[in-house]
Amino acid sequence: MTRDLSSTRRGFLQSGAAGVALASMPAPSWAQTELPPLEEYSPEFLSAAEWAFVLAATARLIPSDGEGPGAIEARVPVFIDRQLAGEYGQAVDWYMEGPHYPAAGGDFGYQTPLTPAEIYRDAIARFDDWCVETEGASFVDLAPDRQDAALEALEAEATRRGEGTAAAGVSGTGEGGGEGGGEGEAAGGGGAQTEATGPSRPRFLPDESCEFFIHLLQNTKEGYFADPRYGGNHGMAAWVYIGFPGARANFLEWVEQDNVPYPLGPVSIAGERA
Amino acid sequence: MARTDPRKDVVIVGLGWTGSIMGMELCEEGLEVLALERGPDRDTVPDFQYPQVADELRYGIRFEFMQRPRNTTLTVRHTTDDVALPFRRWGSFLPGDGVGGAGIHWNGVHWRPLVEELRLRSYVEETFGADIIPEDMQLQDWGVTYEEMEPYFERFEQVAGISGQAGNLNGEIQEGGNPFEGPRANPFPLPPLPTTLSNEMFADAARSMGYHPFVRAGGNASKAYTNPYGMQLGPCNFCGFCERYGCLNYSKSSPQTCVLDALKRRPNFQYRTNAEVMRVELAEDGQTATGVTWFDEEAQEEVFQPADIVILAAYQLHNVHLMLLSGIGQPYDPATGEGVTGRNYSYQMMGGTSMHFEDINFNPFVGAGANGVAIDDFAISQIDFAAEGFIGGSYIGNGQTNGQPIRSMSLPSGSASWGAEWKRDIARWYGHSMGVSSHGSNMSYRDTYLDLDPTYTDRHGRPLLRMTFDWKPNEIAMTQFMRRQIEPIVEAMNPTHWSSAYKEEGARYDTTSYQTTHNVGGAVMGNDPATSAVNRYLQSWDVHNVFVMGAGAFPQNLQYNPTGMVGGLTYWSAEAIRRDYLQNPGPLV
Repeated sequence: MTRDLSSTRRGFLQSGAAGVALASMPAPSWAQTELPPLEEYSPEFLSAAEWAFVLAATARLIPSDGEGPGAIEARVPVFIDRQLAGEYGQAVDWYMEGPHYPAAGGDFGYQTPLTPAEIYRDAIARFDDWCVETEGASFVDLAPDRQDAALEALEAEATRRGEGTAAAGVSGTGEGGGEGGGEGEAAGGGGAQTEATGPSRPRFLPDESCEFFIHLLQNTKEGYFADPRYGGNHGMAAWVYIGFPGARANFLEWVEQDNVPYPLGPVSIAGERA
Repeated sequence: MARTDPRKDVVIVGLGWTGSIMGMELCEEGLEVLALERGPDRDTVPDFQYPQVADELRYGIRFEFMQRPRNTTLTVRHTTDDVALPFRRWGSFLPGDGVGGAGIHWNGVHWRPLVEELRLRSYVEETFGADIIPEDMQLQDWGVTYEEMEPYFERFEQVAGISGQAGNLNGEIQEGGNPFEGPRANPFPLPPLPTTLSNEMFADAARSMGYHPFVRAGGNASKAYTNPYGMQLGPCNFCGFCERYGCLNYSKSSPQTCVLDALKRRPNFQYRTNAEVMRVELAEDGQTATGVTWFDEEAQEEVFQPADIVILAAYQLHNVHLMLLSGIGQPYDPATGEGVTGRNYSYQMMGGTSMHFEDINFNPFVGAGANGVAIDDFAISQIDFAAEGFIGGSYIGNGQTNGQPIRSMSLPSGSASWGAEWKRDIARWYGHSMGVSSHGSNMSYRDTYLDLDPTYTDRHGRPLLRMTFDWKPNEIAMTQFMRRQIEPIVEAMNPTHWSSAYKEEGARYDTTSYQTTHNVGGAVMGNDPATSAVNRYLQSWDVHNVFVMGAGAFPQNLQYNPTGMVGGLTYWSAEAIRRDYLQNPGPLV
């Protein structure tokens, strides 16, 4: 595909652009100090078995092979452990009062009584039991392709919210006052938003922790791309890989430079460069 | 036992945009003014300073500047037959917290409403006939006209330091502006922001199809500026950390950059933080408020603050919550259609098409919240509602606001979300995408409203606010119409991949994914006390010394971002208080 930018007011920029970009490209240098290998990290929240699981699972979510860092090189597991030990993991900011309807439709978001840390604790154990039952080994001992298949089953668990309940959430569970008209939580009649699923679909997580995969994947990406101050994105390698300049936050002279790759590597909030 | 503090002339509930503007305007009259803000104090330094604020995880993902649902939330349901469930963490909208409120973390996109929008029911009836209005749509005029509001829009634009190109100066259409906007008496105080490649590509495609693209206006300063309060803004540096963040550069229009330092210098102004108002206290006859009761976090006790005038200047949802908790106005009942407090809650209908270009690098981190090029060729005033079968309109455009990789990693539809393919694709497509989106009106309906939740309570034991809301066929038809206009523009741009996301028939309101913090209605303004909670000066019909600011006054939602209207209405109401109410306290209508 070719594009004619000369019809815009900026066509003149094209000629000089490439040279500018190459001339100022710095060589990557890892400014962060070397950290001990992940095997020597002492988790703040995760147990030894949970830590081993998070290492193995995140290594499949963002594998190490190919271009760019994997979750392990980015030290994503450290990020996840610290997040679970902190305010996020403990749901410090969230409204956690009951009653809870964890099976309510996915449109209603976080409805479990469990904190994120409790979801990890509950779901990792149940998922690992399921791996032993169906695959004959713990998740960490499975071959990579079987790990991927198991993660796909885990992902499928996370999409079942609202099945068997009205699509609108929880229909008329005893509110009274003349507004009701529903027939209770499991009365069905809705569910129009969720695709029908076959009877063979695995069900190894309870409603309270069934969205574990969503949290695990989100937290993995957070640990990959967040500022290194949180323990992941080691060496800002994930930012270097995609071309995000981190906390530079000053680009006025770049607004009108069309289709010119930005030449500078990222900086972190602590002032490290890569 | 409640403590009683010394009387004030005015107590303001909430110190965001509307509270700080009201503070300035009423201090001008020599009144003793106290603002009560339930969140923490916040200022550019230290709270928004570089580099700490350039932290996507803390602010963009974990919502450091937003209210804590643990302290303040609401419940939501789709229909009156459902049990509402709490927002346990924020999703589709993000109410702000602390001094500055949502004025800290908005993008700064600025619009005035259309002339037709402020008298929408009359416009529809006169132009198309009343019979095109769906039976359950509670379409209303606002009780004020664009012409009346014009000086107050301008006043807010001057204080906020809005950058933009006028499209209509006293009826003369101006090159480079929005030709469909209402007439302005004067140009914007600052010229428009510079434009990105994505802006220009959209503009070229739109122009080639005969549309009228213009650089959209916004509260991101394009040049150094000193506003009428003596507050100074510096030119926006396109830092790429705008919405959800406080401005590190004194460039984004906010209470901090535009009002607060000037206000804090007034000897007759005082404010308290961590001071949550529990309720407005009414006199025995219910005709006036005697003040407010607030919770003193430090002393852990309730405090009665007597005041002659009460200004509700919290976020839209929380103003309505306080009115319901305090017995201001009859609560709305969808079964009978009677009552006004909580009536006509509405939201914003958004849609968009994302594009990926293999060979174009947009440097998406070069972003400003208000950056963008728009067309208004499909505005409310430009559509034949009778022919198209809906009432409403949208502006359409492209904006380049940020390239934050956790929340703004756009991949072609159907891409893997994890694994080796995802890892390959993020490097391939990061920086290679742009979007064209529609930002549209949303009408109000008999069964979209706010009331008190029967089950869930807050940390003080008060019932939470309950929202009943879902998308309606009228808005689905509107957004599908916009899709049909946008997709040809997108195809003209010839992207490698593109995909659309517009709500379709049967779509339900998804509370989880961010859409917009443009919640409106519930304390609707108007000229009929049977269908509005406040009169045209934002004065409670029932309790004449209570004035209710903000987007709660919108009878239905504009097709635009609300802040320009909210700012204009604040000055309009302040003027009525200063000119008339102080001399003769009582109903202004």
